[in-house]
Amino acid sequence: MNIQEIRSQFPILSEKIHGKPLVYFDNGATTQKPSSVIQRINDYYAKENANIHRGVHTLSQEATSAYENARTTIQQYLGAKESHEILFTKGTTDSINLVAFSFGELLTAEDEIIISAMEHHSNIVPWQMLCERKGCKLRIIPMNENGELALDQFETILSAKTKLVAVTHISNALGTVNDVKHIIDKAHKVGAKVLIDGAQSIQHIQVNVQELDCDFYAFSGHKLFGPTGIGVLYGKEEILNSMPPYQGGGDMIKEVTLEKTTYNELPHKFEAGTPNIAGGIGLGAAFEFLNSLDMEAVLQHEQELLDYATEALSKIEGIQFYGRAKNKTSVISFLIEGTHPYDVGTLLDKMGIAVRTGHHCTQPIMDQFCIPGTIRASFAFYNTKEEIDIFIKALERIIPMLKD
Amino acid sequence: MSIKAKEQEIIDEFAIYDDWMDKYEYIIELGKDLPLIQDDLKTEDRLIKGCQSRVWLNAETEDNKMNFTADSDAIITKGIIALLIRVVNDETPADVAKSDFAFIKEIGLQEHLSPTRSNGLVSMVKEMKLNALKAVK
Ligand SMILES: Cc1ncc(COP(=O)(O)O)c(C=O)c1O
Repeated sequence: MNIQEIRSQFPILSEKIHGKPLVYFDNGATTQKPSSVIQRINDYYAKENANIHRGVHTLSQEATSAYENARTTIQQYLGAKESHEILFTKGTTDSINLVAFSFGELLTAEDEIIISAMEHHSNIVPWQMLCERKGCKLRIIPMNENGELALDQFETILSAKTKLVAVTHISNALGTVNDVKHIIDKAHKVGAKVLIDGAQSIQHIQVNVQELDCDFYAFSGHKLFGPTGIGVLYGKEEILNSMPPYQGGGDMIKEVTLEKTTYNELPHKFEAGTPNIAGGIGLGAAFEFLNSLDMEAVLQHEQELLDYATEALSKIEGIQFYGRAKNKTSVISFLIEGTHPYDVGTLLDKMGIAVRTGHHCTQPIMDQFCIPGTIRASFAFYNTKEEIDIFIKALERIIPMLKD
Repeated sequence: MSIKAKEQEIIDEFAIYDDWMDKYEYIIELGKDLPLIQDDLKTEDRLIKGCQSRVWLNAETEDNKMNFTADSDAIITKGIIALLIRVVNDETPADVAKSDFAFIKEIGLQEHLSPTRSNGLVSMVKEMKLNALKAVK
């Protein structure tokens, strides 16, 4: 993999911050966009803009087919059986809320939902809201001190009452890769459905939804080199068909009279109103970009970055790592004794280095470790060892300023 | 010295730094001079929880002069609090209530007073002014 060649496809990577070359280590929050994605969105507005699914004129048909082609590109990349199993949403949060509402309508007070102790707030709060609405019970798979799920305990809380298990594929705060295949197989044995929060996955590892056999898979475009405001909910056709619609409006209907409405087929049933057309098309371009990468090489490069950075950071006195799972992606969460993450983050920024500080929308994880937050460096394949060297040098300069 | 004069003094002090790191070294130094809130006053009602850093603030008025003490768990936040307090301590509640802390922008630190930063400072400034308003005779 030629990193310099790949970097040249991301215009923002040659920007300067406070006069210093940008070192972007906040890929867990959002990733940067390649020129092909930026250009595709630009072209759409410059040459193809029209509303979709509702016009006989040429532009409307072109825009419709560009949008639907994007759906097919995504379907093929994820190995879904049907393109109408790919629903466009606003992002992971929106996808999870859709399931919590619509699938949630099928639940009763007897039912239980299982999540884990390492979920992002967006895979916690919608279920808490559902439990309040329906009276069902939320149960939690605990996490050990390395940031790995206690799967033996999962089996003890799993029962015939479990209707849905919603877990993250990869933890945004700790980088842990969960054995979701195992979770899915166990859950299916008791008849429960499984939603996988894939917000942190597709940018790092190859995902095939049929091989996983998950019932729902949720992710955001902006974290995998696509635009903001667009994401996907993959759902198995049969389950999606059994669920009532989420929102009502245009596009999701077959026939409307003032007395009664019949609903459209998948995927339109769950896509009310004019969608984020440019976003969908841009996301299709992001998947084409992913198609152009060798994901094995990506994984290997990111693993090298992770090992290199972990080793260099280990030499810093008083460093404490959070998340030491055996199987983890290129995320390093840490604290340095005697310094506050806010101070470290502020000074790194002044040296052109972007990291995330705080609780990363995973307060329950921070509570378990009894810390207010961490400093998180999260790498993408366009990062380099040279950038890690700059990062380490910057830390060596900053830490003495903050101690004493 | 009036609030305006103190603000000008700070602007002059910062004018000599053109490197960010030097500027922050100085802010960190200033944090060490912050009039610290007494430990027994660090109660829940004096705590301002930002998502990034936490701030404690206590306000007292004597002879129609405001006196703030504070603390934070982050030392850059602490340095900025020290600047804010230096400007308003020993001033009348009426003057403090009017003050807009515009000098922070002038010395290039306005990002720390942005609500999106969630470091507790925005709420602290609000709190300072509320306390001043309450004390206006
Ligand atoms: C694991 C995980 N789940 C869910 C989300 C929410 O994604 P979005 O804010 O794009 O909806 C994120 C993003 O930070 C995440 O990392």
